[in-house]
Amino acid sequence: MNLAEGVQIVSFGLLAAMMLGAALGVVLLSNVVYSAFLLAGAFISAAGLYLLLNADFVAMAQVLVYVGAVNVLIIFAIMLVNKREDFTPIPQAWIRKTATAVVCAGLFALLSTMVLATPWAISTEATVPSGSIVVIGKHFFTDFLLPFELASVLLLMALIGAIVLARREFLPDLEEADLQQTMLTLPERPRELTPAGSNPGSQSK
Amino acid sequence: MQLQYFLIVAAALFCIGIYGLINSRNAVRVLMSVELMLNAVNLNFMAFSDFLDPLDVKGQVFTVFVIAIAAAEAAIGLAIVLAIYRNRDTVDMEQFNLLKW
Repeated sequence: MNLAEGVQIVSFGLLAAMMLGAALGVVLLSNVVYSAFLLAGAFISAAGLYLLLNADFVAMAQVLVYVGAVNVLIIFAIMLVNKREDFTPIPQAWIRKTATAVVCAGLFALLSTMVLATPWAISTEATVPSGSIVVIGKHFFTDFLLPFELASVLLLMALIGAIVLARREFLPDLEEADLQQTMLTLPERPRELTPAGSNPGSQSK
Repeated sequence: MQLQYFLIVAAALFCIGIYGLINSRNAVRVLMSVELMLNAVNLNFMAFSDFLDPLDVKGQVFTVFVIAIAAAEAAIGLAIVLAIYRNRDTVDMEQFNLLKW
């Protein structure tokens, strides 16, 4: 990336602050819908950081897969699990919160000292001029061919497994019309009753 | 621009993910924390790939694999959350104790 050094520093600072702030919002906010949208902000900021690291293809893949697929999936899951429930407070919850915060801060201090103390073998070669996508494609079809195919098989397995897990079970003791009604409605949100004059078997809308 | 900046930001993101993973009571938020941790690992991979291995970008290849696995993991995890919600009628992590002791 041929930006000036100051521009790189400023954009890195902005993107890092946005990403960490959005991540803190994901973890700390009480409304889970806000968390889901802030998660999209964290993913987009990460894609900007990838652009700073000369990785255009992976940045686009990040936006497509994470923001376009994973985040939409999470928002759909929040919509399906739409029960407004207040969690029963557990006793001594603050012990767990404090202990986790202390452990996380300690882990961060440990990682930071490790990062700052290690003499990294920084390479001084210039990056590939034509962008990284050609090199990534060569890797995929030569020395990473087997993991590439295995990833496709794993995605197929995840597809079928998600369908099998999330499918509604067949209820054999219900009648046909009743069964259709239970399949079309979510059990956690009861629909209002149909008015008396209408056909009870028809499911309008 | 230095390698250490990116590594420290990734470490902070990973620690935030761990905190959310342990302290969340909504099961969907636990999955979001897992995604945050995967993003921290991806950021590490990309930083190493750009600063230590700029010609033979194997870190980016690994990142693409991690993104694919994360998509599969999100699909399976949300399907499991839906199945549990249908059976137990809650998403509270404290009440998912079927396999506890």
